[in-house]
Amino acid sequence: MDLLNALVALTNFVIVPGLAYGSQLALGALGVTLIYGILRFSNFAHGDTMAFGAMVTILFTWLFQSVGLSAGPLPTALLALPFGILGTIALALFTDKTVYRFYRQQKAKPVIFVMVSLGVMFMMNGIVRFIIGPGDQRFTDGERFVISARTFKKLTGLDEGLAIKTTEALTVVTAVIVVAVLFWFLNKTRTGKSMRAYSDNEDLALLSGINPERVVMYTWMIVAALATIAGVLYGLDKSFKPFTYFQLLLPIFASAIVGGLGNPIGAIAGGFIIAFSEVTITYAWKKVLTYGLPDSLAPDGLVQLLSTDYKFAVSFAILIVVLLFKPTGLFKGKAV
Amino acid sequence: MKKLLMATAAVALTAGTAFAGGHAKEVKLGVLFGFTGPIESLAPAMGAGADLAMEEVTKSGKLLDSATVTPVRADTGCIDNGLAVANGEKLVAEGVNGIIGGDCSGVTGAILQNVAIPNGMVMISPSATSPGLSSMEDNGLFFRTSPSDAREGQVMAEILKERGINSIALTYTNNDYGKGLADAIKTSFEEVGGEVTIVTAHEDGKGDYSAEVGALASAGGDILVVAGYLDQGGLGIIQGALDSGAFETFGLPGGMIGDTLPQNVGPDLDGSFGQIAGSDSKGAEIFAEMAKERGFDGTSAYASESYDAAALFLLAMQAANSTNPADYVGKILDVANAPGEPINPGELGKALEILAAGGEIDYQGATGVELIGPGESAGSYREIEVKDGKNETLRFR
Repeated sequence: MDLLNALVALTNFVIVPGLAYGSQLALGALGVTLIYGILRFSNFAHGDTMAFGAMVTILFTWLFQSVGLSAGPLPTALLALPFGILGTIALALFTDKTVYRFYRQQKAKPVIFVMVSLGVMFMMNGIVRFIIGPGDQRFTDGERFVISARTFKKLTGLDEGLAIKTTEALTVVTAVIVVAVLFWFLNKTRTGKSMRAYSDNEDLALLSGINPERVVMYTWMIVAALATIAGVLYGLDKSFKPFTYFQLLLPIFASAIVGGLGNPIGAIAGGFIIAFSEVTITYAWKKVLTYGLPDSLAPDGLVQLLSTDYKFAVSFAILIVVLLFKPTGLFKGKAV
Repeated sequence: MKKLLMATAAVALTAGTAFAGGHAKEVKLGVLFGFTGPIESLAPAMGAGADLAMEEVTKSGKLLDSATVTPVRADTGCIDNGLAVANGEKLVAEGVNGIIGGDCSGVTGAILQNVAIPNGMVMISPSATSPGLSSMEDNGLFFRTSPSDAREGQVMAEILKERGINSIALTYTNNDYGKGLADAIKTSFEEVGGEVTIVTAHEDGKGDYSAEVGALASAGGDILVVAGYLDQGGLGIIQGALDSGAFETFGLPGGMIGDTLPQNVGPDLDGSFGQIAGSDSKGAEIFAEMAKERGFDGTSAYASESYDAAALFLLAMQAANSTNPADYVGKILDVANAPGEPINPGELGKALEILAAGGEIDYQGATGVELIGPGESAGSYREIEVKDGKNETLRFR
């Protein structure tokens, strides 16, 4: 019984939140890694693209809620998601046409692209705040829990509760589906193959008749869709606030780099590594150990490796170690 | 182009004369609050409170030679020392006669050190509550109409004890305010025999607090005390703790008291309790009434303290018959404390008259102002419990 309690406590406070947070980071990192692999620059505007996508989705969600449309137990935002994706695709293609294409034609160096994306980031930052404001927006509706801590306790008779939020379950399921579709697209379809060819060797791809503008266009569309999905899932699970999306940029880049920039599998692995390292290394094991060990061995202290103040230090320490010993990331991306 | 230039020149000229005309006798007070950042939801009511006092004095026409009082607003960002200092310097450059602010403790210390002391400018903060500010070297230029958090720690410990709570988990927002308050709560609660199972910091502006909630839940405790901001990490922590079933009741110090918290969290917050600086003096009611007429919420956190801060400036100027900080700074404690005629909100005109005639006043204001020690409020607190999604005042202590 005690062992079960220990297991439940661990699942509730480490595994479930870690999985959800990891999926959100993985989706974000996928977008960053695709841009890096195909367009060859680090897109700092990605966090704010996510915020923009989430914002459009929220506006549509409010519209649907006001006309009484709902998805039953699931959040209404799911119905609004396709519109959010369309809006973000439009924005991404518009910025590419007006900003990035100019530099691409000039064959600008990657570092210039990075600076350009920084500018785009500030623009998007402003647009989002201008339209929806800097404050917290809540748009979650529908059933809040798949299982709440109280129901779980009643059901099992255990001392520890296990809560799984609908949004957490939704995040993981959506992430799995999106990743499956993305890999199928990249590996099996003609467009996907031409994207990979362009990523591997630009000149060779051009020689074999691949239209670069088309590849770029598809990349932006996919990235916009990924960013919107990641942004909406994050907003549903936590809350929507433009500033937190800007802050999210750091762990997302850490995930992409740890996994290997330009490598989609690496981005996913990196997302989970960063999420779990943040949660587990700063976790206080007192409760779990008190349940798991015989009374005589039960700890008095918190059994916490590092205080939670250091949780960001943890992800960056991992980042530095990976860069020192494997500069291309765990899954061999392009050199950074 | 030529036309445009001409037009611009003409406009500039008229603007110049307009300025010169209105300049006969003007008192400018800087209002330096965090209109953006972690307490941006409180700042508008605070600004309105300060404006209200200035308007009242201007209307009475009794300050010095019927001077008009103009607020000059600037932003601190609440946690942005660079921005706050730059804006503080901007205010001084614009020729303000005193600065109401800053709001959050960290930036207030920065403005005091980098702007107020070098320029000999007086600051009265309505909301900076860090105990560290009591002992900071201030050349006698810094005052506050809110009490130090050391006092809030004692009050919170009393409330916890009376409610029969023996152990708490404690998390604070990682800045001067949060750290100071958390230390004060921990010390006071342990003095009365309580147990603090864990003290852990959280960063504002992040979305994910599962690591913090996990650690807090593992340490356990009867309730979770969140010394943070209601718009920021404090909200995220409470939401996370409720969702995972880690804690059901929360202790809410001043930074967490506001209407948006029960609104955002929902019915699960019912039964949580806390305290915020405030008093049951007659002044509080009068002020709330005045605020209502002006269309803002006078019970919003630190709105009444802001009114008092502005009023103290103007009364001290009247008492010293000067708008020069070096002249009036010595009068602030005189007008705030006994002896003298007690003054409530809305009676600023009367107070100015008494002072002009050479009499003495004891400014009570909206919060029962009583400045002690190095010029900070003695501190009475409003005990609050969340009932049916509203912050209900239980009593004052």
